Amino acid sequence: MPHIHPETELHNPQSTKPPLDPHLKALENEAIHIFREVAAEFERPVMLYSIGKDSSVLLHLARKAFYPGRVPFPLLHVDTGWKFREMIAFRDETVEKYDLDLVVHTNPRGAVENITPFTHGSALYTDIMKTEALRQALDAGQYDAAFGGARRDEEASRAKERIYSFRTPDHRWDPRNQRPELWNIYNGMIRRGESVRAFPLSNWTEVDIWRYIQAEEIPIVPLYFAEKRPIVERDGMMILAEDPRLELLPGEAKREEVIRFRTLGCFPLTGAIRSNATTLDDIISELETATVSERQGRAIDRDQAGSMEKKKREGYF
Amino acid sequence: MTAPALANAALDENAVALPSQEPARIARDSRPLRLITCGSVDDGKSTLIGRLLWDTKAVKEDQAASLQRDSNGKQNDLGLPDFALLLDGLQAEREQGITIDVAYRYFSTDKRSFIVADTPGHEQYTRNMATGASTADLAVLLVDARIGLLEQTRRHATIATLMGIRQFVLAVNKIDLTNYDRARFEQISHEFKELALSLGVRQVTAIPVSALKGENVVYDGRASMPWYDGPTLIEVLELATTRSAQTVGFRLPVQRVSRPGESFRGYQGTVAGGSVKPGDSVVILPSGMVANVTKIVTFDLVRNAAVAGDAITLVLDRQVDVSRGDMIATIDSQPMTGLAFDAQLVALQPEGIQPGKRYWLKSGSRRQRVQVQPVTQLDLKSGKWNHADELPMNAIGKVHLTFDEQAIFDSYEQNRTTGAFILIDPDTNNTVAGGMITGRRATIGGIHAEEHRVILSLPADLADQLMATEIFAGRREDVDIRRVNAAKAIEVIDAIDE
Ligand SMILES: Nc1nc2c(ncn2[C@@H]2O[C@H](COP(=O)(O)OP(=O)(O)OP(=O)(O)O)[C@@H](O)[C@H]2O)c(=O)[nH]1
Ligand SMILES: [Mg+2]
Repeated sequence: MPHIHPETELHNPQSTKPPLDPHLKALENEAIHIFREVAAEFERPVMLYSIGKDSSVLLHLARKAFYPGRVPFPLLHVDTGWKFREMIAFRDETVEKYDLDLVVHTNPRGAVENITPFTHGSALYTDIMKTEALRQALDAGQYDAAFGGARRDEEASRAKERIYSFRTPDHRWDPRNQRPELWNIYNGMIRRGESVRAFPLSNWTEVDIWRYIQAEEIPIVPLYFAEKRPIVERDGMMILAEDPRLELLPGEAKREEVIRFRTLGCFPLTGAIRSNATTLDDIISELETATVSERQGRAIDRDQAGSMEKKKREGYF
Repeated sequence: MTAPALANAALDENAVALPSQEPARIARDSRPLRLITCGSVDDGKSTLIGRLLWDTKAVKEDQAASLQRDSNGKQNDLGLPDFALLLDGLQAEREQGITIDVAYRYFSTDKRSFIVADTPGHEQYTRNMATGASTADLAVLLVDARIGLLEQTRRHATIATLMGIRQFVLAVNKIDLTNYDRARFEQISHEFKELALSLGVRQVTAIPVSALKGENVVYDGRASMPWYDGPTLIEVLELATTRSAQTVGFRLPVQRVSRPGESFRGYQGTVAGGSVKPGDSVVILPSGMVANVTKIVTFDLVRNAAVAGDAITLVLDRQVDVSRGDMIATIDSQPMTGLAFDAQLVALQPEGIQPGKRYWLKSGSRRQRVQVQPVTQLDLKSGKWNHADELPMNAIGKVHLTFDEQAIFDSYEQNRTTGAFILIDPDTNNTVAGGMITGRRATIGGIHAEEHRVILSLPADLADQLMATEIFAGRREDVDIRRVNAAKAIEVIDAIDE
């Protein structure tokens, strides 16, 4: 299990960490370059913080990019209210430990109209509680640049996205008309109201993320490691059964299994995998022989063909 | 796909086998090779990369299942899945069966890892091909064996070369549709090698390929092409070299100044050439001030050296005026500074490049106003540079750049970072060109070498006032300006013995 390092230990010049291999070093350099460029060119940047492994890496890189200064922008967490309990605990601990500014936003429609992943279906729920909520939060903060941890290897429409992904004032992405992006020269010129989503991890793969977490000893939410946990099986997914709001349907039963998560999102929509991987080494070797992709456990990607592109056009990350 | 279709289709059972259960372990001891596919519409670029991903087991079971599902009804005569769907991820691309924007994909063999950019062949989307080419080490140029070289093939080969790609693989694709015609393959290879030579590229490997059937991609095609005994595509890619770090001196384009407290001031940026260590003397451009490096700070430790590619924070030994857009460089081999440069560029948007219009130019972290005067345009058919007053979309041209303030460049030949730039249209904010510096324009010297000139050393405020006058603005190109401190000015003027 990862333990959380006191900050001083990470800064120790006598660190025993071996130097990064050239591949990870090149990825790290590229990400730091992007962070600095956005911070210098935009007036009000913000970093989307989803608490997952990619966000943990993103945050680590941001801290590196601006060291010895503070991270010069706030973190934004769009909280649907249905995240795993351990994610929220981890978020609050992280913010405290690294002296970060955190903005949390929940779409008020959720409470008013009682929108849940169970009652509204994953598509509508995601649309309101994630996409719409994100737009609300970005508008409220008048952010002109938002960092995200998306990777091109995640999904076919992501593979098409630029590192600076231009958005119209209503947050739309036009995949047919992206600005050319040559070399590492980024065009950050926008009009008032327009914005850019910036993706420092664009060229990272899932394995790169894990190998970097290992090499840099980056803390992550414990749900990524296998443990015996209560689950219920629904729609072919194993859902974590710890939240009292999860009501069992007729024929369903709670049971314990040794499981872990490959990605983290809203617990009712995120499937666990059977795994005995309790260490980073285990996770990496599991990945290197994995026969399915990481997004397979995500209900929201499966709703309809091209669903990710559709969500992205509408302002989803 | 049904089982009988599979059986009929498979000349080579590898061709349609599901991805194996043991993907190769990933080589991590070197930087990945960056490559692009290019060539004309429908030559099979996306199919080739899809096949490459498939045969190197980069396609997972769930992705393979959706590929089979999505291929339904669009099957080719061979009953094979439409491998291009692994790349063409946008709805518009799937509907039209073409690639619109570049897709970046990652895969590896047990020898090395690769970043591949699959670029569109359609002329309308040349800008997206240029996007992919700008960072590539190698280009796989596809030609349809039935059709041969097209204007678009020449355009892509030319853009790739301009952008510094010196390794080409010519994939003569759809060779299955020519009955594996050896003479045809050899004729196209010959034609292409001539084109490559005229572009100054010597390193060309020609391979007869069937992207669809997977012949000479990862697995050899000996069964159908016994006459070909050269390497497969993957073999060539495994042996290709990554772009070498150019050897001009140390360059650090300053991205931002870090001042977390009174006691610390550091200059943050990514080393764009050469290397640096504490104790080195450096010059800050364009001001010309000189300082010594005291520390290289990174999050993990204080380092004793940094090399090209490293993202660092540099601390200097004295209070000097450094801001974003400045360049910190080695004193012995400085980049060129000046108000006039020559460049080659590719026009990327429908408006083209208009003469006399003032654009924004961004290079590294430096953004400044520039006036662009087209001089010539490349005629792709004849390979000749013809006179041009403006450059339409997709044109490759040579231009004069004129700046209001000092610009700082290396030639692209010497440094692919400090010699590259983009042009931004101030009306639309869109990126309208990608450019490569060829040199500083000799505004002085040449035929004017014998003319009389006067060197003045003025207080900076007086010089600024003079430079703001109209008479000065009218002849800016004729003037050489270097900002230095008073001590340096005395030294320079004393050194003139006349
Ligand atoms: N018979 C045969 N057909 C091929 C081969 N390679 C590609 N094709 C077919 O050619 C058509 C075009 O292939 P794509 O891969 O989409 O071509 P492309 O070069 O990516 O096209 P753009 O990206 O739009 O420029 C598809 O129908 C492929 O199935 C081949 O080796 N043999
Ligand atoms: Mg294509």
